[in-house]
Amino acid sequence: MADVSTTDPAGGARKLSVASWFMVACLVALAVIPVAIYAGGNAFWLDIATRLVVLSIAAVSLNLILGFGGMVSFGHAAYLGIGAYCVGIPTYHALFGEFELIATNSGIFHVILAVIVSAVFALITGAICLRTKGVYFIMITMAFGQMIFYLFVSLETYGADDGLVITSRSEIPGIDMDNPLAFYFLCYGSLLAVIYLVHRIVNSRFGMVIQGAKGNEDRMRSLGYSTYVYRLAAYVIAGAICGYAGALLGNFTSFISPDMMDWAASGELMFMVILGGTSMVFGPVIGAALFLLLEQLLSAFTVHWHLPFGIMLILTVLFVKGGISGLLARMGRSNG
Amino acid sequence: MASTLLETQELQKRFGGVTATDHVSLQVEEGECHAVIGPNGAGKTTLIAQLSGMLAPDAGTILFNGKNITQLTAQRRSHMGLARSFQITSVFMGLTVLDNVALAVQAHTGHSFHFWRPARQDQALRAPAMEMLEKVRLQDRANDLASEMSHGERRQLEIAMALATGPHLMLLDEPMAGMGPEETARMVETLKSLDGITMLLVEHDMDAVFALADRISVMVYGRLIATGSPAEVRANEEVRQAYLGEAA
Amino acid sequence: MDASLVLIQFLNGMQLGVLLFLLASGLTLTFGIMDFVNLAHGSLYMIGAFFCASLTFWTGSFVWGLLLAIPCTALVGLAVELSVIRHLYARDHLDHVLATFGLILCFDTLTQLIWGPEGISVPLPDVLDGQVTLLPGIVFPTFRLVIILGGLLVAGGLYWLVNHTKLGMLIRAGASNRTMVGALGIDIQTLFTAVFALGAVLAGLAGMLIAPITEASIGMGNEIIITAFVVIIVGGIGSMKGAFIAALLIGLIDTMGRSFLDDLFKLVMSTEAAETSAPAVSAMLIYILMAVVLAIRPQGLFPPKVR
Ligand SMILES: Nc1ncnc2c1ncn2[C@@H]1O[C@H](COP(=O)(O)OP(=O)(O)OP(=O)(O)O)[C@@H](O)[C@H]1O
Ligand SMILES: [Mg+2]
Repeated sequence: MADVSTTDPAGGARKLSVASWFMVACLVALAVIPVAIYAGGNAFWLDIATRLVVLSIAAVSLNLILGFGGMVSFGHAAYLGIGAYCVGIPTYHALFGEFELIATNSGIFHVILAVIVSAVFALITGAICLRTKGVYFIMITMAFGQMIFYLFVSLETYGADDGLVITSRSEIPGIDMDNPLAFYFLCYGSLLAVIYLVHRIVNSRFGMVIQGAKGNEDRMRSLGYSTYVYRLAAYVIAGAICGYAGALLGNFTSFISPDMMDWAASGELMFMVILGGTSMVFGPVIGAALFLLLEQLLSAFTVHWHLPFGIMLILTVLFVKGGISGLLARMGRSNG
Repeated sequence: MASTLLETQELQKRFGGVTATDHVSLQVEEGECHAVIGPNGAGKTTLIAQLSGMLAPDAGTILFNGKNITQLTAQRRSHMGLARSFQITSVFMGLTVLDNVALAVQAHTGHSFHFWRPARQDQALRAPAMEMLEKVRLQDRANDLASEMSHGERRQLEIAMALATGPHLMLLDEPMAGMGPEETARMVETLKSLDGITMLLVEHDMDAVFALADRISVMVYGRLIATGSPAEVRANEEVRQAYLGEAA
Repeated sequence: MDASLVLIQFLNGMQLGVLLFLLASGLTLTFGIMDFVNLAHGSLYMIGAFFCASLTFWTGSFVWGLLLAIPCTALVGLAVELSVIRHLYARDHLDHVLATFGLILCFDTLTQLIWGPEGISVPLPDVLDGQVTLLPGIVFPTFRLVIILGGLLVAGGLYWLVNHTKLGMLIRAGASNRTMVGALGIDIQTLFTAVFALGAVLAGLAGMLIAPITEASIGMGNEIIITAFVVIIVGGIGSMKGAFIAALLIGLIDTMGRSFLDDLFKLVMSTEAAETSAPAVSAMLIYILMAVVLAIRPQGLFPPKVR
């Protein structure tokens, strides 16, 4: 997977080299630096890196529909939450009984459950959301996200808004999930796989259709495409991938609460995607990295780091077009 | 006498107080180039939108090949052999010229639920797309981005995309709009070379219309006021007053 | 379920509905006229509540506090419009959403810096603090009744404003035909600013009215704003009438659902099952309503005729 997908491969030949080298460098750095620091005795940055990698998976999945499909979903964090609870609820029952059907610590089961439940939720809500356009779509995805939020807030059994502690991580044969390094490489490998998967999807026939529908839906319909079903399929795929990220996140934090699917969390995911740029599959990883770095840096200065962050967000929207990878693409173009 | 390929019966469409299509009954014969002319706001684009399925008429029927297609979606009509071009250039700016046409080819080669194989290396899409580009003589620009093309070239590309869907009938909404004389001449030539494909041509450029059309319908305020051969239309007093008079 | 409880919950639902309308009307105005999506609308609700709290303590009277908080909120609305919002009208909705999301973060933190992390409760004067007897044996808090009546009054005022004044004419013209407003020689930028400030005041007013019941607290707008979104989605974005009807509908359904759904469920399932499922379903009830409405009418119940 030496090449990164771009929406315009022609200009791509030139800028591809800059962008893809950058991506490879980033991915290698992600594999080496946190591990080296961890080996040096500091566990903190491995923690950050794990969170980064997991959130990157979520952001890459969001970018599939947002960047490539033009579907501005403001409820994507719901899938992180669904995925996490698909770990939390079975382990809860494995410990406290009841619901034998799902009571298990099996990681394979958790992941499958997370992916299926997310996909089904995406299918049902997407079928409704995608009948609408523009602002309606943004607000409805937001509302459905909030619906799931309130659903878990109302579930007393699973801690309601106090959240749920995951007492033991998923059990996956051959992987010691309690070993931070092993867990990190599971997440890292997942990120590589997801980037590759989304890269293949974006460049496949299917990917061409959703990108076309983003550009001009009327045109696509008059060419003979039933854009609705393709968009819905993309929506479901993105939801399923994000559900998978949620299962990882649940394992990582060992504590899950409805807050992780609050609409502010969706907003952050969206910000990562925009910050990293939507035109490349890899872009959101940069966005997520910048976001987490910002969070660390700003919160080191002040507990009120949301203020400078909010101001930066506004300034980014007002003054940077296309995000970081858009900048990179423009750089590549002017160099080439 | 050739058979009728497309027929509208009493087609009606209102936008608030404006009647954009007023009891329009029109026949397009197999193989002909049928021009629809009329002043700005006459309802020509609205007519094409209804024929292509982007807009639902308020009343009336549309028959294509004898089948009632009034209720069918745009995508269904496309698969029956109806293609359209847009008055406002509608190509995919972020894609290359070849990608644009390949996307049109792809729409008519089975479903697109293929998630893995790279579409850009798929000869089943690329080869026919290249063929279409040759028809509009854009083959040299195949790998340039649509956004890097001139307006005239994009209009040609738009025709190639419509052609790539293998249409029986092309609905062309002002293909020469905004073009200089040279580009217009090139477009006329392109359209002339497409024999065998029936065309419904909406156009303001009278020279182009008289060069291409076998028959002409004149639309004013949503109504068809005349249909006939170019000579007949030219001679029609009502048409002269309503339309040609002010154009001359 | 006895009748007096139903009546009281009906009135509580009306009270929520009226507040939702105050929020939704501003949203629907800014969307209908400027095609602008404002996530930070809930922040203005919060700001209104905090202004009202501070000014109530400063003047010693809730009524004065509220009256003074209104122009203050309008000023904040103006400042936001002039500094950020007006640069976004020409952008796409994604930019609106991201920038106003940034605004929320700023507002929440600034409010915390100014007023502290704790909520502030707002005392009511004695006249408003009591209860009124509606029917023999049925009492209802005076202030909640005041909210309902006040909200309906504002709704009437808005109706008059939109349908019978010059500003209203401009608003309607703006909503249906931007160029026409320009052709009339009216400065469209000023119109937009005025409409935004009006929306800010309406949202702020909702915050001021709820503050004595809940208290002014950080992030109080971030929950209710989603409900307000549901209102305008159900009502049809851009429609004042739709916002009004949907706000009352959703206020009632949400309140009634939370209080009576378990009783309803007990009719068809075991008590235990009803008690576990009813809270979950009632938490999702308005979203389910939204989904149903959209499945049938993607443009909402009362889509504006011309857009
Ligand atoms: N979506 C719409 N909503 C409201 N009115 C519309 C809409 N589309 C078209 N109209 C009106 O219908 C009438 C016909 O418009 P149409 O675009 O079909 O004209 P046309 O003949 O294609 O004009 P032109 O030569 O300028 O392209 C015009 O008065 C136009 O304002
Ligand atoms: Mg037209």
